[in-house]
Formats: sequence, C-alpha cells, structure tokens
Amino acid sequence: MIRVVLPYHLRNLACVGEELQCETDDPPTIGAILDAIEARHPVLRGTIREHGTKNRRAFIRFFACKEDWSHESTDKPLPDAIASGAEPLMIIGAMAGG
Amino acid sequence: MSSIRVLVGTRKGAFILTSDGKRDQWDISEPLFAGWEMYHLKGSPANPNRVFASQTSGWFGQMVQRSDDGGKTWEAVGNEFNYEGTPGTHQWYDGTQHPWEFKRIWHLEPSPTDPDVVFAGAEDAALFRSADGGRTWQELSALRDAKGYLWQPGAGGMAVHTIVFDPTRPDRFYVAISAAGVFRTDDGGLTWRVRNRGLKSQFELPDPDAEVGHCVHRIAMHPSRPDVLFMQKHWDVMRSNDGAESWYDVSGNLPSDFGFPIDVHAHEPETIYVVPIKSDSEHFPPEGKLRVYRSRTGGEEWEALTNGLPQRDCYVNVLRDAMAVDSLDPCGIYFGTTGGQVYVSADNGDNWKPIARDLPAVLSVEVQTLA
Repeated sequence: MIRVVLPYHLRNLACVGEELQCETDDPPTIGAILDAIEARHPVLRGTIREHGTKNRRAFIRFFACKEDWSHESTDKPLPDAIASGAEPLMIIGAMAGG
Repeated sequence: MSSIRVLVGTRKGAFILTSDGKRDQWDISEPLFAGWEMYHLKGSPANPNRVFASQTSGWFGQMVQRSDDGGKTWEAVGNEFNYEGTPGTHQWYDGTQHPWEFKRIWHLEPSPTDPDVVFAGAEDAALFRSADGGRTWQELSALRDAKGYLWQPGAGGMAVHTIVFDPTRPDRFYVAISAAGVFRTDDGGLTWRVRNRGLKSQFELPDPDAEVGHCVHRIAMHPSRPDVLFMQKHWDVMRSNDGAESWYDVSGNLPSDFGFPIDVHAHEPETIYVVPIKSDSEHFPPEGKLRVYRSRTGGEEWEALTNGLPQRDCYVNVLRDAMAVDSLDPCGIYFGTTGGQVYVSADNGDNWKPIARDLPAVLSVEVQTLA
C-alpha cells in the first residue's frame, strides 16, 4: 500500500488524517498516485495540480525518500521504498512566508 | 424578533457574528477555514440559509464552499474556473501586454431570486456564473470583449470585485473592475458596454478621460432607485443618475476622496457612507482618526461620524468589500478593518461599537437580516 502525506490545509479540505493510502499499478508514479487520491477525494482536484494541464501548482513540492521530486516527470517510476509503503510520498506546501 | 448574521472574511479564516435585533450582544464563531484567505462570504437572498464562501490560497488555489444551514456546516462544491476560449492578454503595470491567468475569486453575488444561481468575480478580471449552487462555473466571456486588452491591475491585482443587479430589470447588471472601470449588460451578460463617462484619473492614466482603465473601487445602489449609482473610485466619490451612462463628482467636503467601500442606507436612498483614506500611498485614515462619513444628500455634503471610533493613533484600512448594512430600522451599518476590528452602528451611523477587536485582517463584511 502506498502512503501519501498531505499538507495540513489539504487534510482539512479532504477531511482526512495526516496520511492517505492508495494503490496504483506497478511501478507507482506521482501522476498515478495523484490520479488515485483525486479519484477518492475529488475535492483535491485543482489543489495540487492545475485543472486541465495537470501541471503541479507553483507552490507545491513532492518529496520522496529525502529527495525532491518536484521537477521530475510525473510518469517517472518512484523508488521501491515508496512502492512498498516503507516511505511515504510527501506532498508539501512550499516554504513561502506565513 | 429579527436577528442579524454578519459574515466576515479575513486573511486567515472566516467568522460568523450573530446577534438579536438589538445588535448589542454578539456571539463570535470559531474560525471557519482557519488559515485560508476568505475573500468573501455572502448569503442567498432567495434562501438565507444558503451561504457561499470564497476560500483561496496561494498554495492550493481556489475553492467555493457552500453552507445550506446558515454556516453551521459546509461543503466544498466547486473550484474549476476556466476562461472561455483563449483569454489573450491585458495590460500589465508597465503598459506591456500580459497573459490572463486565473488567481482567485474576490466576490460572490448570489442571485436575488434563484438560490442555485450565483455569480463570481475573478482575478484576473472575469465574471463567472453557476446555475447549480456553485458546483460548475461558466465564464460570461463577452465582458472581456469590452476592451479587456486595456484593463490593468491595480495594487491589489486586476479583479471583478463588484456585481450589482438592477432589481427592476432582470437582465441588467453592473460589474466594476480595478483597474478598468464600470461595465453594464442589458441582456444578462451576453454583451457589455463600458460605462465610465465622467470618470477622471489624471495621476493614473496618460489620458485622464480614457474610456477604460479607471480604478473603480466600489459601486453601490439602493434597490428603490436602480438608476442611481454611487462610486468610490481610487480618488473621487462619484454619482450617476442615469444607470451609469454618466458620472459626476460628489466628493464635496470630504477630508480625502480616496477610499475603498461605499454603501447606501437601507431605507434612505440618498444617505450614503464612505470611509476616507489619506491617499493611495498611505492606506490609513487622515490624521489617524477612523471616521465614517455620511451624506444625507446623495453626496457633496458630508458629516463625520466618530462616536465610538478611535480618534487617535489609528492606522488601519477598510477594504472595498468590508462594509455592509442591515435592513432593520434604525439601519445598522457594519465595517471591518485591516487591523481585525469589526464595528457596528445600530443607529444609522451615529454611534459605533466594536463587535470584534482582534480578528485577522478583515477582507469582507456582509450582513444578513433574518426574520
């Protein structure tokens, strides 16, 4: 099971706890994970990536296994530790003031 | 007995303030949508328990929230705002052209008659309409055909911030845009006309009498006199007697004619209220005195209303959507400040008291008078 950590405001918006779980085809990708969590929580559509283009919103970052995946292709396979659930995919609101 | 519900949008959440018709004792809700910028909340005149809210964030984008129980519970109903076609470009701060980009919803205006219909004023400036209670939105894109390439952002951005319906002509309504001006449709939004004749912007535009580009901060109407409109412009308080066909200056003896909100008394269509601000460079009251100014003559002659308002060391601002009136008699006047205070006068503006003193910066204030 893949684990996903959402930022505080999106947890409140989706009425979920700190971590979500989802499943995707192997190997998991950021795009597939976002598809899965948006399907389960439609209120998140447009909040992490733009409607239409599906581009990452400017102040959103993706961290995986202590590495910044924000600028990687969303079709790139994520590390095994994400696929196994040993590590969560972290969706982060960029540090940009209060 | 009537009761009052005040809907307050702030930089860090929304608050609902409630009182009975005496407007003396107030309850303040816990923060709603804490941490989000709440640009505007407004109840449906057709169903007062239906309230729409614009929830926005630089990180996570736009969301429209809706309550069907007067603000007790909320549902995130929609957040997809797409410009119709290729939106093209508008004027940028330096006069060059810049692509249109959706940023947020500044203002929500529910239909006076249909609780499922609501309009939304957007930054970058556009008007959207929903006919399903805020779930899906369609742009009334002909508005941008009214010389949109000449519109430009003011200091706060380029947004449709005011939507005013003519209660006697269902297909006529007005929008105001900073910095573009006033626009009127007579066919429900299919076509729009620029309605800025008489506005002068000598320090903001190369041609002070330009047809488009004026920084209109707010317009207001009394429902019994739909052809009479009042405007707080960047500088100048203006009036129209002919449905915005032409405007003239009624700033009169105001200490400054710069400001943001303007509103009309619920029962006296010639009684209007503004909050003068020192200048476009110094967004606080002249002399550090927070004064609402009232004209009982539809402009030109103004009196300062100060009882209960701070008369020294006050350096807050009152933003364009942060003033409202109730429909009780005597009329209640309400406004919120960037310092987090919400003030009420339960006697037409003669005396004021704070309902709340320490909220986050107030972006908007709306009032519902409930039976």
